[in-house]
Amino acid sequence: MARAARVYRRPGRLTLLLGILVGWLVLYAVLKGTDTISLAPSDVTSLHTRLNDLNTSVGDNRNSNPFFLYFINEIQVGATHFITFLQNLLSQPSGTRPVPVVGWLGVVVIMTVIAGRFGNWRVAVLAAAGFLFLGLQGLWQPSMDTLALTIAAVVICVLIGIPLGVLVAQYRGFERVITPVLDLMQTMPTFVYLLPLTLLFLIGPATGVIAMVIYAMPPVIRLTAHGLQAVSTETVEAGRSLGSTRPQQLAKIMLPMARRTIIIGVNQTIMAALSMVTIAALVAAPGLGQTVLQALESQDVGTAFNAGLAIVVLAVVLDRVTTAASERARATDHARTRLRADPRWRRGADLVALIVTAVAVYLSYTYQLFAAFPDHLAIGGTRLGLDLGTHIESWTSSATSWAQRDLGSITGPIKNGVTYHALNPLQNLLDSSPWWLTFIAIVATAFVLGGRWAALIAATCLGLVVGTGLWQDSMDTLAATLIATVVVVVLGVMFGVWMGRNARADWGIRPFLDALQVMPAFVYLVPFVALFGATRFTGIVAAVLYAAPVAIKIVADGIRGVPAETVEAAGSSGCSTWQVITKVQLPMSVRSLALATNQGLIYVLAMVVVAGLVGGGALGFDVVAGFSQSSLFGKGLAAGAAIVLLGIALDRVTQSAARRAGGHVSHRAT
Amino acid sequence: MTAHVDQGDPTAVSKPDVSAENTRPTVSPGRRDPDVADISVRGLWKVFGTARTATRVPTTPELAAMSRSELRDRTGCLAAVCDLDFDVAPGEVFVVMGLSGSGKSTLVRCLTRLIEPTAGTITIQGEDITRMGDRALRELRRNKVSMVFQHFGLLPHRRVIENVAFGLEIRGMSRAERMRRATEVIELVGLDGYQQSYPEQLSGGMQQRVGLARALAGDPGVMLFDEPFSALDPLIRRDMQQEVIRLHREVGKTMVFITHDLSEALKLGDRILIMRDGRTVQVGTGPELVGAPADDYVRDFVREVPRSQVLTLEWIMREAVPADDMSGRELAPDVVVRDAVRAVLESTAPVKVVRDGRLLGVVGDPEILRVVAGS
Amino acid sequence: MSVRTGSARGRLLAAVVAVTGLALAACGGAKVGGGGGGGGGGSTASAVAAGSSGSTTTTKCGTVTLADNPWIGYEADVAVVSYVLRTDLHCNVQIKHLTEQVSWQGFSTGQVDAILENWGHQDLAKQYISNNHVAVDLGSDGLTGVIGWFVPPWMVQKYPDITNWKNLNKYASLFKTSESGGKGQLLDGDPSYVTNDAALVKNLHLNYKVVQGGSETALIQSFRAAQQNKKPLLAYFYSPQWFLNEVHLVKVNLPKYTPGCDAVAAKVACDYPAYHLNKVVAASFAKSGSPAFTLIKNWKWSNQQQNTVSKMLAVDKLSDDAAAKKWISSNKSVVDGWLKGT
Repeated sequence: MARAARVYRRPGRLTLLLGILVGWLVLYAVLKGTDTISLAPSDVTSLHTRLNDLNTSVGDNRNSNPFFLYFINEIQVGATHFITFLQNLLSQPSGTRPVPVVGWLGVVVIMTVIAGRFGNWRVAVLAAAGFLFLGLQGLWQPSMDTLALTIAAVVICVLIGIPLGVLVAQYRGFERVITPVLDLMQTMPTFVYLLPLTLLFLIGPATGVIAMVIYAMPPVIRLTAHGLQAVSTETVEAGRSLGSTRPQQLAKIMLPMARRTIIIGVNQTIMAALSMVTIAALVAAPGLGQTVLQALESQDVGTAFNAGLAIVVLAVVLDRVTTAASERARATDHARTRLRADPRWRRGADLVALIVTAVAVYLSYTYQLFAAFPDHLAIGGTRLGLDLGTHIESWTSSATSWAQRDLGSITGPIKNGVTYHALNPLQNLLDSSPWWLTFIAIVATAFVLGGRWAALIAATCLGLVVGTGLWQDSMDTLAATLIATVVVVVLGVMFGVWMGRNARADWGIRPFLDALQVMPAFVYLVPFVALFGATRFTGIVAAVLYAAPVAIKIVADGIRGVPAETVEAAGSSGCSTWQVITKVQLPMSVRSLALATNQGLIYVLAMVVVAGLVGGGALGFDVVAGFSQSSLFGKGLAAGAAIVLLGIALDRVTQSAARRAGGHVSHRAT
Repeated sequence: MTAHVDQGDPTAVSKPDVSAENTRPTVSPGRRDPDVADISVRGLWKVFGTARTATRVPTTPELAAMSRSELRDRTGCLAAVCDLDFDVAPGEVFVVMGLSGSGKSTLVRCLTRLIEPTAGTITIQGEDITRMGDRALRELRRNKVSMVFQHFGLLPHRRVIENVAFGLEIRGMSRAERMRRATEVIELVGLDGYQQSYPEQLSGGMQQRVGLARALAGDPGVMLFDEPFSALDPLIRRDMQQEVIRLHREVGKTMVFITHDLSEALKLGDRILIMRDGRTVQVGTGPELVGAPADDYVRDFVREVPRSQVLTLEWIMREAVPADDMSGRELAPDVVVRDAVRAVLESTAPVKVVRDGRLLGVVGDPEILRVVAGS
Repeated sequence: MSVRTGSARGRLLAAVVAVTGLALAACGGAKVGGGGGGGGGGSTASAVAAGSSGSTTTTKCGTVTLADNPWIGYEADVAVVSYVLRTDLHCNVQIKHLTEQVSWQGFSTGQVDAILENWGHQDLAKQYISNNHVAVDLGSDGLTGVIGWFVPPWMVQKYPDITNWKNLNKYASLFKTSESGGKGQLLDGDPSYVTNDAALVKNLHLNYKVVQGGSETALIQSFRAAQQNKKPLLAYFYSPQWFLNEVHLVKVNLPKYTPGCDAVAAKVACDYPAYHLNKVVAASFAKSGSPAFTLIKNWKWSNQQQNTVSKMLAVDKLSDDAAAKKWISSNKSVVDGWLKGT
């Protein structure tokens, strides 16, 4: 009996959801406008005021309170010294020198030699070309500031992350404790923790680096742990049987064997740190992020794109070099003898590389030409311009002004259509229903989709959101997030199916997705502000662009993961292409679809918040305003908390839904 | 099954000449009368590679004659199936056998154009498949030809009964009707009671029964099997082979069965096509292959086969000579050697091989012992 | 193996040759100036160096960090002051792009030496100057600021009484947009700007919603489009502002400002005061005896002068340095006044 009943469960779930929606709409029609919790932009609750007072008292006591004196301030000063040291080395005038210690030639050669020594000659060429390109873009100094910041963050991440990873691998209990923390560090919109960080560390590069560390550390911890756990027990037992101590096992067996995975973790940490540079610029961290932020203020698409491109170039170089290093680590694991068999030759090569580097560094230290990147070269009588950046800027700017001029008739109606027919109705439903009605409807939806636990988490989070006093703003943010997520999922399915079924499409589209993901989110905002004005719609478009690549990739992988034979079996049963997609490939990738939705939501939420900077309003604006208006600091802090709460609720509900949906697909034959 | 050779047109298969014991029987051709055949394949090619080069291969005699590796070196194309001709009679079990890479899986996929053939014609039940449009092809797949796959190709998100009914659903059959039909077929393949399970809850053998049931559900005229049992344990495999034999007896479909396992081929196949590097090496009944291998490749293959279980008397008999004691028993020429051993060895006179009252030859102790000892 | 080694050796050789070549090429080139110790050469560099770091010795002045707040007038301040600091006083100038209130925080961390254009912020002045003594008020920079609500001139021609706030509700429907939720839209600028708008809307019972434009550029573009296309627009704006010379926006009169009427942010129901913009510097910078401090103390200019430079930056798209250079070349005497005593 029970078995038979389960057959009809899925359609049942849909009916329940429809029921919830209908009930909600009916009650909304009756109760609209009553029991709403609204708070005018200038108003604050007592909670917000208390947080403001906290801010002031911290400001007043930061140099007398022992917690600050001996802990927080020490961290701040330490980090600042470290960054200043790196900046003097790479980017900023050092001491009495008008230029940094190592000029562009030195940096290019050092990077090339490192890439060649730990990766291969191809990435060495890439590193040289990439760094020279940064100079040609006219962005050498901000690029080096960004590099210095990234190095600082990554070094801190590695110094703390690898030991933590070892602990995670060794102690199950520790793993259980730290996993949810890592989840939170990665899913929390990065924007949100800037405000509490400034409360502790004030503004400045140190705070920027600390924010980068928070976001970028989880991968290195996770992958270190994963690499260590993946070392086969037999190998460890073999070591034990030879009488090695636990530290010996770790140092001589496990860490070397996990080396490749750890390098991959470092790679991901670098990428994550780089993706934070623009956010870090909000707290006065120097570098390319500053350039992007300024361009956003002056709506200068060319400058924004040029600086964004520089971040992409940095990311690509660092990514490829570390990837090559990890591949080389594997190659040497497997066939140490095949690579550069003769150690004498190898030592010789290292020596030559060292000499070349030393010469280059000396030249860049001594000669003006090699210290600051020249904007032109005078060879004989001819002047060779090296300012590629201006060209890039003017091309992009003219492309945008064309779009602004000639696409205005299209962009306006699209914006209004989405705003009036999707965004406004949904936003009204969410924020003009009595709060308890919205609350119940969301919790019920969570229950139907994700079960009891999901409902409990949703209820807890929403309850706390009510406590922040920012219910209405939260619902507005939720509305924009949901709409953008729907678009992301639709795009994810469309392109994902296409790419999953067609290798050539995949080959053609994937590089664009990669570039979209590396480009800092802020850079998208600039052209869309130009096209759509400072509206919520702009935020939605930017969020869709930011989140769609992830969703598309996940869906494409899911579709590709459907065994070829199953697809063939469907074809041999006479399925049309449409039937193959809808009856076989999509249902079998339901886990990927759910995961894509989950990731889409998280990414969208992060971006919708950033869009608060340019008219997105709601929670994002509250956070930005909290940053820049001390009277709204508390409100901003509360808004940050509300964003995190929304994020946790959305994440948990979609994850439980994914687990339930994929119940019978998970164990498919491979 | 092994015994009932030759269900098709008996005249088409040339029986061994009775002239001498060691005279090789001539190899029987794959072609039969296409008007009678259920499946008829002529000049079939599948060449993988860039479209322009690939289509040139079958039509250029020089290229068409090349060996696979030569062709790959010259053009970069891979000829998976080269110039195949064969016919399958209605109700026949036709086995295509070859090692991996011989092109047999490509061949079976070409039959319903899951893989698009490069050249040649395929006729199934009188219709030229190669000329069909998408719609006609889908109709063919829905109604006339079904397929069973090596790794089952089941849908993990659907229950057994929904998997079986899948083809019917695709056709647009009403839910009630397809559930009824699916239930019938599930009983037929011995899965009664598992209707509501998910594939992952079943063993491999049972999953393949689901695959079988799905293929049977649409009541197709032709069933294609792509190495359906090679992913199964040996014991389960034997059960499943018996199952196919039983089903064939009960439903009498035309079957094309791909395998790399000779004993499976001999057990199931009315006739067997041996493929190597995309080409036909030999087509014939089991005894024909064992008794008269076309070349060393086939001989190598059949070396390990217990000949006494495959060969029939007509393959080992010798011409009667006047000195023979003609008082022995009479047996039919298609009796398997193993079944005749006792009869031959117990009597002092050689056994007479007789068809329709005509004496074809005799089998004495030496003939029998040579086979039994050789195997 | 040998092929591999050979090619690797070839590449290495190429690298050595390249670096040697560069070294030879550099021998005739300019050395990095100053007492850094590397080259030790005294010759100053020719102007091949890009960037703003300059190329001469900076022993006397050291490094000055200026906050740069996100509006074009402030950028004009920074452009001119930093140009003079670098070319005349040979300072290293670092420019930090920060919002107004965040800039103040920089005084306690040493991230900021000077704010050139401070709009009010009595609360911050109290915290950082009076309480914490990390900042010093350097007095007026000569600019006077106005903040208010503005409409494009065509609207005043068509609806003459719109400049009185009491009539705003009458015209609210004109200002409806997709973002304003059925009310009239009041477009605001950068969230960091000094603003009482949300409180004003509420306390004056206006049927309007404050919508965030995000930046000065958004405001300017919106006003420009509104005037060109005769579209209604009500927005937060301010002077000194070069754009007011391009489009003569008209200020809406809010209830008159009286001292103290804006004491409680959430209760404000009066117009913005007239701002006498001032300079604030870090206490440590004030004590450093740097010539840069003297210059900033002397520095002072008018709304008109600032607008000239702003327009060069915003409309003529000159770089900061080019604009500063151009303006200074025709205002030598003004700059000489600033340099007195340095």
